[in-house]
Amino acid sequence: MTTAQRTAPPTPLTLPATRAPGCPFDPAPGITDAARGEPVTRATLWDGTSCWLVTRHEDVRAVLGDPRFSADAQRPGFPFLTAGAREVVAGKPTFLRMDDPQHARLRRMLTADFMVKKVEAMRPEVQRLADDLLDRMTAGRTSADLVTDFALPLPSLVICLLLGVPYDDHDFFQERSRILLSLRSTPEEVRAAQDELLEYLTRLARAKRETPDDGIVSRLVARGELADGDIATMGRLLLIAGHETTANMTALSTLALLRNPAQLARLRAEPALVKGAVEELLRYLTIVHNGVPRLATEDVVVGDRTIRAGEGVLCMIGHANRDDAVFPGGDALDVARDARRHVAFGFGVHQCLGQPLARVELQIAVETLFRRLPDLRLAVPYEEIPFRGDMAIYGVHSLPVAW
Amino acid sequence: MRIQADQEKCCGAGSCVLAAPDVFDQREEDGIVVVLDPEPPAALHDAVREAAAICPAAAITVAD
Repeated sequence: MTTAQRTAPPTPLTLPATRAPGCPFDPAPGITDAARGEPVTRATLWDGTSCWLVTRHEDVRAVLGDPRFSADAQRPGFPFLTAGAREVVAGKPTFLRMDDPQHARLRRMLTADFMVKKVEAMRPEVQRLADDLLDRMTAGRTSADLVTDFALPLPSLVICLLLGVPYDDHDFFQERSRILLSLRSTPEEVRAAQDELLEYLTRLARAKRETPDDGIVSRLVARGELADGDIATMGRLLLIAGHETTANMTALSTLALLRNPAQLARLRAEPALVKGAVEELLRYLTIVHNGVPRLATEDVVVGDRTIRAGEGVLCMIGHANRDDAVFPGGDALDVARDARRHVAFGFGVHQCLGQPLARVELQIAVETLFRRLPDLRLAVPYEEIPFRGDMAIYGVHSLPVAW
Repeated sequence: MRIQADQEKCCGAGSCVLAAPDVFDQREEDGIVVVLDPEPPAALHDAVREAAAICPAAAITVAD
């Protein structure tokens, strides 16, 4: 490093930070560079306010595991990435944006539905859905968009089954999800999409009152503790989180493996690696790529900094998942790595409720896809793949493949 | 080794069940942690330590 570089004032980081051209799997280099000098560093948000970025694995776990950092987005100073993102929580917050005990009360109404043995029992059904989708995708064709024909419908079908939402309505809720998760949506667009989704789910809850089934929405209705509007708010969270995340992990994992042929060859040769490989893909790709927001409610020391009460924090889980102290050589994808300590599902009491389901879906999707399509390859030049830098959940907008 | 799991702290993420399925389970009614074997054999100690390390709610305590 030259003297000039060392003495130059640091370039202020602005969010959302962009990835380097040609490095679509790596987190934003501006943050990586800043974090090298200062693992707890400052950044400027869209509205000119600033917040802290926490980037080390240890610090991210400390912040997300500490109840002095609030997830309540109604608190003044809570950091938002865009005006649209602020609008998402302006109305009725989901338990994702509440603190305990309110958060725990609502979350515990759902934990049984996503527990490991319940989800493991769904394997045959998820496998059947994956096989059906691949049968249809490959029938009489030699190429397709993997997002439209496999990665998106698989988790959408599963979450619809679980919730008791008719899958025939998938165009409706997928389009509203896209608007809610786009960093380009205006607050007006977000509000309209939000209202339409809540209205749809409130109507659904009302219908389950008349005609119950064994889906989650119906059981929440039968419980009698929540109004239909509250069930709709919870349903919205589950519906969006249940399909967007796994869909994007599936497509991006496929691409990452196609771009790392030695890793793919190893996984094909040793299918028993699939569980660990999915953990590694979760770590390496970390699709929640813009940080997990919190607000300090007291002065708290994180690393060598004091974060003051009222200051916002973004936990950069993608950077934490590349922390060399925990994942040596973490910038490389290694399907045989023990990546279980990744924080791709977050950390603390808000850690992803649906993670056992996401794991089962991803294990089945990756294993089935590469087993059934031994010649799977990109159908367009790699440079033409549209990455989702413009979305809250990273991935690819489409993935044209051939086999 | 002696294991304690705090059912109040537990957030039901299930990572302990994946890390050490012979030692941890989840309650039928709400997915909250249950310790199947509070003094597991030595062969399971590494798995238990991993479960404690990845527990998002710091609900698992291990005493040697």
